[in-house]
Amino acid sequence: MPNEIVLAMRSISKTFPGVQALDHVDFTLRRGEIHALMGENGAGKSTLIKVLTGVEEFESGEITIDGFKGNMINHSPQEAQAHGISTVYQEVNLCPNLSVAENLFIGREPKRAGIIDWKTMNKKAKDLMESLDIHIDVTRALENYSIALQQMFAIARAVDMSAKVLILDEPTSSLDDNEVEKLFRLMNRLKSEGVGIIFVTHFLEQVYEVCDKITVLRNGALVGEYVTEKLPRVQLVAKMMGKDFDDLAAIKKSGEAKERSGELVIDAQGIGKQGTIKPYDLKVRKGEVIGLTGLLGSGRSELARSLYGADKPDSGALKVNGRPVSVAAPLDAMMAGMAYLPENRKEEGIVADLSVRDNLILALQAKKGMFRPFGRKEQEELADKYIELLQIKTANRETPVKSLSGGNQQKVILGRWLLTDPDFLILDEPTRGIDVGTKTEIQKLVVKLSEEGKAVMFISSEVEEMLRTCSRMAVLRDGQKVGELKEGELDQNNIMKAIAGGAGDE
Amino acid sequence: MNKLIVFVKKLTGTRLFLPLFCLVLVLLSNLIKTPTFFQVTIKNGVLYGYIIDVINRASDLVILSVGMTMVVAASGGTDISVGAVMSVAGAVCCYILAGGLQTVNEFQNPYILGVLAAVFAGMLCGCFNGFLVAKMKIQPMVATLILFTAGRGMAQLITRGQITYIRVESYKMLGASIPGIPVPTPVFVALLVVILTYVLLKKTTLGLYIQTVGINSRASRLMGIKSSRIIFLSYVFCGLCAGVSGLVASSRIYSADANNIGLNLELDAILAVALGGNSLGGGKFSLLGSVIGAYTIQALSTTLYAMGVSPDQIPVYKAIVVVIIVALQSTELKKMAKRFQTGREAGKRVA
Amino acid sequence: MKNRGKTDGKIFLLMITIALFVTMYIAGIIIFNSKGFAKPQVFLNLFISNAGLIVIAAGMTMVMITGGIDISVGSVVALACMMLAWMMEVKGIGAVPALLTVLVMGIFFGLAQGFFIAYLKIQPFIVTLAGMFFARGMTAIISQEMISVKNELFLKWAKSKINLTFLGGTVNKKGVVNYPFLYPSVIIALVVLVLVFVALKYTKFGRTIYAVGGNEQSALMMGLNVKRTKLLVYVINGFLCALGGFLFCLNTCAGFVEQAKGFEMEAIASAVIGGTLLSGGVGNVFGSLFGVLIKGTIETFITFQGTLSSWWTKITIAALLAFFILLQSLFAKAKEK
Repeated sequence: MPNEIVLAMRSISKTFPGVQALDHVDFTLRRGEIHALMGENGAGKSTLIKVLTGVEEFESGEITIDGFKGNMINHSPQEAQAHGISTVYQEVNLCPNLSVAENLFIGREPKRAGIIDWKTMNKKAKDLMESLDIHIDVTRALENYSIALQQMFAIARAVDMSAKVLILDEPTSSLDDNEVEKLFRLMNRLKSEGVGIIFVTHFLEQVYEVCDKITVLRNGALVGEYVTEKLPRVQLVAKMMGKDFDDLAAIKKSGEAKERSGELVIDAQGIGKQGTIKPYDLKVRKGEVIGLTGLLGSGRSELARSLYGADKPDSGALKVNGRPVSVAAPLDAMMAGMAYLPENRKEEGIVADLSVRDNLILALQAKKGMFRPFGRKEQEELADKYIELLQIKTANRETPVKSLSGGNQQKVILGRWLLTDPDFLILDEPTRGIDVGTKTEIQKLVVKLSEEGKAVMFISSEVEEMLRTCSRMAVLRDGQKVGELKEGELDQNNIMKAIAGGAGDE
Repeated sequence: MNKLIVFVKKLTGTRLFLPLFCLVLVLLSNLIKTPTFFQVTIKNGVLYGYIIDVINRASDLVILSVGMTMVVAASGGTDISVGAVMSVAGAVCCYILAGGLQTVNEFQNPYILGVLAAVFAGMLCGCFNGFLVAKMKIQPMVATLILFTAGRGMAQLITRGQITYIRVESYKMLGASIPGIPVPTPVFVALLVVILTYVLLKKTTLGLYIQTVGINSRASRLMGIKSSRIIFLSYVFCGLCAGVSGLVASSRIYSADANNIGLNLELDAILAVALGGNSLGGGKFSLLGSVIGAYTIQALSTTLYAMGVSPDQIPVYKAIVVVIIVALQSTELKKMAKRFQTGREAGKRVA
Repeated sequence: MKNRGKTDGKIFLLMITIALFVTMYIAGIIIFNSKGFAKPQVFLNLFISNAGLIVIAAGMTMVMITGGIDISVGSVVALACMMLAWMMEVKGIGAVPALLTVLVMGIFFGLAQGFFIAYLKIQPFIVTLAGMFFARGMTAIISQEMISVKNELFLKWAKSKINLTFLGGTVNKKGVVNYPFLYPSVIIALVVLVLVFVALKYTKFGRTIYAVGGNEQSALMMGLNVKRTKLLVYVINGFLCALGGFLFCLNTCAGFVEQAKGFEMEAIASAVIGGTLLSGGVGNVFGSLFGVLIKGTIETFITFQGTLSSWWTKITIAALLAFFILLQSLFAKAKEK
């Protein structure tokens, strides 16, 4: 296989207000190479891609591509396309109502005498599909085909327009195993034709199955470029989490969270949702803090949401405090004593224009029902109590919650749920994007809640945080719960091993 | 001087400033045109004067605006069937009170029955709209377009294509005045509707829920608030308001004129909500703002009439105002303004 | 794993429409045979009375495919008629310059609406609602009273029959042979229909319209110029509204404020019944033609019946519209599952 470099990014930097998104990052892609780009939240993966494809502009550094002299600065996706770079996203960016052939050629349809030549277009489309070993009727509308096939059409379009660099951004998230295999066959075919492929993903197994090289980013900086078959899984996980995997220096869990043996609060059996999280069993006891750990995209939030009914599960049974509960919608979960702090506080948490007071009492109000509203005085008392308890920094309780800092907004949402006095509280990334001081406050609060007998589910990408607060951990990988770690096993190395899977040192 | 600036900033920053400012502006322009505008006398035991007329005639619109505010706030959509629903309600009431005849001198059925039937008809129309929007997830605009067209036809059918007259003194009272009370009745009715709505919003959680659903329906759902139910209820309520307004309008002319009752009032209602400082995209709302907006529009119409503009021609000016307000509210315009501003600043920096 | 897409459904919906029309027409022939429903002229009259609506429905179809809507069309028709009548009768302007002016008015009207919708991204409903009130108000500003058109050239256009001699004629009581006839307005309408069809199917502009309606975000990412396409669609729609208004005026030969009230509903209903999806991305001008024909058939029914109020037409159309909207919505829900 020829080894010429088709794309070289050197020392790329970019800042957004208040954050260094990319800090002198290098990236190299060779002809006929499938190269994985990996990193956790805030690593800079998407920024690097955006800079390459012209969605954003970078501030310093150089990008060179085969066939183009000098620094290639793309100002738009169309320009990037003209230079030979195409991107296929997770949400297939094609038009469902148009035929496959049309989706492949729209904007550059073959014409005859000034009007579109459908016959030629359909034939060219058919030939293109055949050359990629896809045998389908190109005249049918796109939406008649599965997402997997739609993605392949998107890839075919991208490749037909420019064959140098193909970027696949999280293409396998909605595919089942068979479809993933089909995709890989297509990728290998393209690889043999000399196309360089950048594969952005978080699925460990898939990376090891199909990629030649891996580049890992973390916090905007390059961690390193590795040859896949020479990098053991555990090392990869360690590098992504910014840790050193060292058999000897096992950092033990600190903090006072203990594994309890109290009554069962949550007893979940076989709960799963097609395409999101494979069926799992989970037990949580009073006073426990159970952490969900795994790489980004491993299904942690999906598991939480399936428990709470935010996304109705397809299968399984749930018992809360010993009683079977059917959760068709969040209100059912709430009435059973559950609470859920969503990962995306902006879109699913805060009600931006309403006051701190309103935001705080909303969930409890929903439990009380529409015809028993809280009196103004009662609302004010409750709000003041939790503003004080959580030390929420706000001008006063009537301030619109959108004016608060991220950390304080998070406290408001936390307060909202604490007000409902839940038996089981699910916290999904409660400390993301929050200052260090507030982070610690929230972690301490979680421990305190467990001491008061509440059961807590804690999801976080930061291992130390979890070690400090959790008494038990469930490990997820690639959309599935793969194991649990008990109190005595809670240390960094065990966590990374469990996440990585396979035999640790291979 | 600084204190004054701070005071002015604070004043202009309050939510109701712009609506009040517009109202005052329009009232003043009325005063210029008609110096006796604010003069109030008593004729036949009832208050009389230009300003009284404005307040009186605005009542129909005020009631409509209350319902429209709920719909806009909860769903970010508008209900353009309200004028037609008014017509239906008026037709239903007159049909019942006339017992099917074309013109009567006394009630053929109890007055209260006619009133209830009209209000119920309005709510039924609201249910129809609400079902299409909340359950079938059809765009509010299109869903309400159906009654917008079919409504008047249905009203025509109910009145057998004729205008049904109720020549009974007590029927006219709703639209005119009750003996012994100097204030015209519609003003009371409007006031009553506003107050009752306000109480409904505060004494139940409806006000809070509508705003929550309008601002962030995903978060609402996660907190256990049923968005589709709230949206459905907002349309039913709007239909109810249209029903009440139709009663008042019908009472003014002591008849059911299917073609003319509530004509063009739908645009006025939308305009009132927008003028009241409410975002047409939904979310936080101010009932008082819409009410002020309604009076402003009526006053504006009066100004235009005084300038010789006929009722048929007024919509031109209202259309322009709507477009200006909506354009100002649009995020794209703000983006364009920002880009223009940063462009100029960049130019300055380079220079 | 193959899903039943809504585009498979579109053929199904079109079939329902055509079947509905044929059924209704045959029913008409059976019920009203004694009154002469079976005469070819009755069928031709469908086109004659609705030439304007055909043109406007074509424009509406284009707009709806992009996912938008235009409820100002009725008012623009009224404005066009009033402008024509006023220019010819009050200002003494010739028929041809008057027509050209009206067409230009349509273009500018569409340009204004298109700008607000495509570039300021304001909801099409609000913009065209304002447009509707604006145009209707302008009609009243031009003249509050009805103006009848007496311009010779215009009347000549309005009255010039095209006799379809090949269909064979009938001899009436006076011994004069009457052939089934058409007016030039029908020819114009059909030509517009064909042109719009060709544009939608065979030009990049037309295909972009479908793409924008299917998934605007994707269209943008595929490099299509969404804003310009949308603007152009509303400009063309404005032009077609004005043209349709002209054809409408050939029938009424007058301009008055209340004209064409509710016309927009008929145009939208024709498009929806003809298989155009409210959500955009799917639509077919020939389907809309059948939608117009169905409306015409219902009207003819009512005329032949004689006793029912004309309001029944509006109600039936609204009911049909509601039915088809619900049908579309159910299809969409079934597809999601």
